[in-house]
Amino acid sequence: MLSQNNSHSKYLDPILIRHQHNPHNLLQILREAQEHYGYIHSEAIDYLELQLQLPRSMVEGVASFYSLLYLQPHGEYRILFSDNITDRMLGNMDLIENMCEQLWVEAGKVSEDGLVSINTTSCTGMCDQGPAVLINNIAINRMTKDRVSALCELVRERVPLSEWPLEFFAIEDNIHKKDILLNSNFKSGSALAEVLLHSAEETLQEVKTSKLRGRGGAGFSTGSKWEFCRAASGEQHYVVCNADEGEPGTFKDRVLLSSYADMVFEGMTICAHVIGAKKGFLYLRGEYRYLLDHLNAILQQRRQQSLLGNGILGHATFNFDIEIHLGAGAYICGEESALIESLEGKRGTPRNRPPFPVTSGYLNQPTVVNNVETFCAVSLIGLHGGAWYENIGTETSSGTKILSVSGDCMRPGLYEYPFGVTVAQVLADCGAQNTQAVQISGPSGICVASNEFDRRITFDDLPTAGAFMVFDESRDMFEVARNFVHFFKHESCGFCTPCRVGTSLLSNMMDKLAHGHGSPYDFAEIEKLNELLLSTSHCGLGHSACNPVLDTIAKFRPAYDKRLIHKEYIPAFDLDYALSQARQMTGRDDTGAHLERNHDAK
Amino acid sequence: MTQNKKTKSTFTLDGKIIPFIEGQTIIQAAMAAGEYIPHLCFNPEFKPHGSCKICTVNANGRQTASCTQQAQTDIVVESNTKQINDERRALLQMLFVEGNHFCPSCEKSGDCQLQATAYEMNMMSPHFDHFFPDRPLDSSHAEYLLDFNRCILCSLCARASSDVDGKNVFSLAGRGVKTHLIVNAKSGKLADTNFSGDDKAAHVCPVGVIIKKRVGFAIPIGQRNFDEHPISASPHPNVKDA
Repeated sequence: MLSQNNSHSKYLDPILIRHQHNPHNLLQILREAQEHYGYIHSEAIDYLELQLQLPRSMVEGVASFYSLLYLQPHGEYRILFSDNITDRMLGNMDLIENMCEQLWVEAGKVSEDGLVSINTTSCTGMCDQGPAVLINNIAINRMTKDRVSALCELVRERVPLSEWPLEFFAIEDNIHKKDILLNSNFKSGSALAEVLLHSAEETLQEVKTSKLRGRGGAGFSTGSKWEFCRAASGEQHYVVCNADEGEPGTFKDRVLLSSYADMVFEGMTICAHVIGAKKGFLYLRGEYRYLLDHLNAILQQRRQQSLLGNGILGHATFNFDIEIHLGAGAYICGEESALIESLEGKRGTPRNRPPFPVTSGYLNQPTVVNNVETFCAVSLIGLHGGAWYENIGTETSSGTKILSVSGDCMRPGLYEYPFGVTVAQVLADCGAQNTQAVQISGPSGICVASNEFDRRITFDDLPTAGAFMVFDESRDMFEVARNFVHFFKHESCGFCTPCRVGTSLLSNMMDKLAHGHGSPYDFAEIEKLNELLLSTSHCGLGHSACNPVLDTIAKFRPAYDKRLIHKEYIPAFDLDYALSQARQMTGRDDTGAHLERNHDAK
Repeated sequence: MTQNKKTKSTFTLDGKIIPFIEGQTIIQAAMAAGEYIPHLCFNPEFKPHGSCKICTVNANGRQTASCTQQAQTDIVVESNTKQINDERRALLQMLFVEGNHFCPSCEKSGDCQLQATAYEMNMMSPHFDHFFPDRPLDSSHAEYLLDFNRCILCSLCARASSDVDGKNVFSLAGRGVKTHLIVNAKSGKLADTNFSGDDKAAHVCPVGVIIKKRVGFAIPIGQRNFDEHPISASPHPNVKDA
């Protein structure tokens, strides 16, 4: 078969050695291989097949699942514009067009000289400082026309990314309101020292007393989760921190990992103490690649401080360490069982449940998966006790919640409140005016209209993973929903029929309305599709894919009604649009080249 | 299986009492009792996958895939109801428009589970707009043809190849609506894999992707399995005890 002297072995060998030739680290190996070579070459796969003893089809199956990995050349500079609705509101579409013109490249394609490709990607978690782009998976924010021109110049001159002006890569925390967490002035090791004065059972009891609930949005009791996992038998127990912050409009974990990483790692270590884990993972979304070196440095510091490693703080039997795994552009990996599949180096397809991760998670061993913010809260509870924490917030939602505020407001950024804060209060604090709607917890969450702004951020009323996107009266809520529906189509994993096909059908139907071909028939179709996805999809993505449409139909009906132009059904097919390719090829766009009926189809 | 265990436990399926052995899923118990729940990605010879969702039932008020949901004592399962069959029909229509299915000229017509299940569910039209995906054939192999146009991504060939044949000839690649079947070769061609007609994987496709060459239409359309009887009477004619 293949010889050992494969031309890709030179850069692959050190990567493979670093990962101990562990096939479960396949995704990490592929990501690092691409960082080195720009894409994953088919001969690199030859070598991985041989070295990892994995079938090539599996390697290709994994690589092709993640949107930030490429199996074909994608240009020396791979530019991806974040395409959340907030980026759109800040004008990203014009900037893309402008950049494409300057660099002579069509969006979605690689330039003929192989220099550059320009495309869109799902929300990169920079909504407070958009429009945002990723260049070779490194974040650059606050794009303007001038910045586009400057970037184009650097690309044309083939200046290596490492020599680009540092100011391009500046990322702000934008913290506007602090409460117990963001104000904690946390000293690394302080919570752990306190916790280790007590037994694991006592610490578990403190977490239960705190009534802490998961900050990823679902709100499962953290204490119960830990208790189930601790009680589950297995060769190893694992702690996983879900930092795959992919929900459009959410960016709190980015800030927590930038400026509060010690609290995150300390919370994980406390969890390890309770459930008896020796190993933990932080699963960081690929879009936050720029945080990797910083986080690894903090881990190293914690090892030196005896807060990680063997015999933590002098407790001979307490051994625990943390490894960082990066995702590579797959929202679905925020779903905990898909995240575990991805950690194991596989396609990020949600598992059939039960069994749940607490009994059968990473490598089918008992595993706790918690959100970044949850682990931060654990550190506070370790330091101040469960009763103290339980006192903050409301009866059923203890503690505080960090909101990622973006959209139409004066001061986008992070706002931390005790649970129970009203939407109106947040709007006042962030300087939002003439607000029409707020999308709480991202596309999979809830859209609230102005008559609901007295509703509260709690698990009983408005549960949220943190996103708080503000839309003023000038915004078209139909276009908001359409953007979200396209997001779900892009992010559906493709495993189950209803979500794989349904998200495409739904976005086609929304496009049909947008293109002026809508009738009440299409409306009824959308509602039928909603019900089908809700009742038959495999996981939460499919279940919530219709939420934005359902919510906006219910609350912003006029935005839809004005698109139901026709009384009777008409097909989505648009002959004039179908001829656009021919027009492009012949360079004609005069009236004679169009059919009589002229749509604003695009 | 745990044959020595007594099968005392039962649940009801559309009002009928179904006995089950611990560890069986709803569909496994139903099939053992001779009851039909429509399905595509499930095959009694393989570990359930749970992806096509055609076998969705209502168990104690909750919709769930019956191929992966464990049977439990006294649960009330509804399967053959108008609402669920309407949903199944919509899922079948989705599968039809997602690929390119030309039943009248297909070698598997009459033996195809997708077609037969669509008849069973009274599907009269594809309803949705077709996607018309571009899915080139792979005719590289001397004895077998791969017609990806008909693939419904059930992964049975992948499961058979890895779990039974120990070969990993087939895998799923891509994501979302771009998910597609690939074969284990650098060229991407079946001829360059170690696939053989003796493989289990060569004989599990519920539709017409994996087709043996030069024996087309040996049995005339009209005299094939599901021409003779509806799929509900014998969903897996080639599987013993099914």
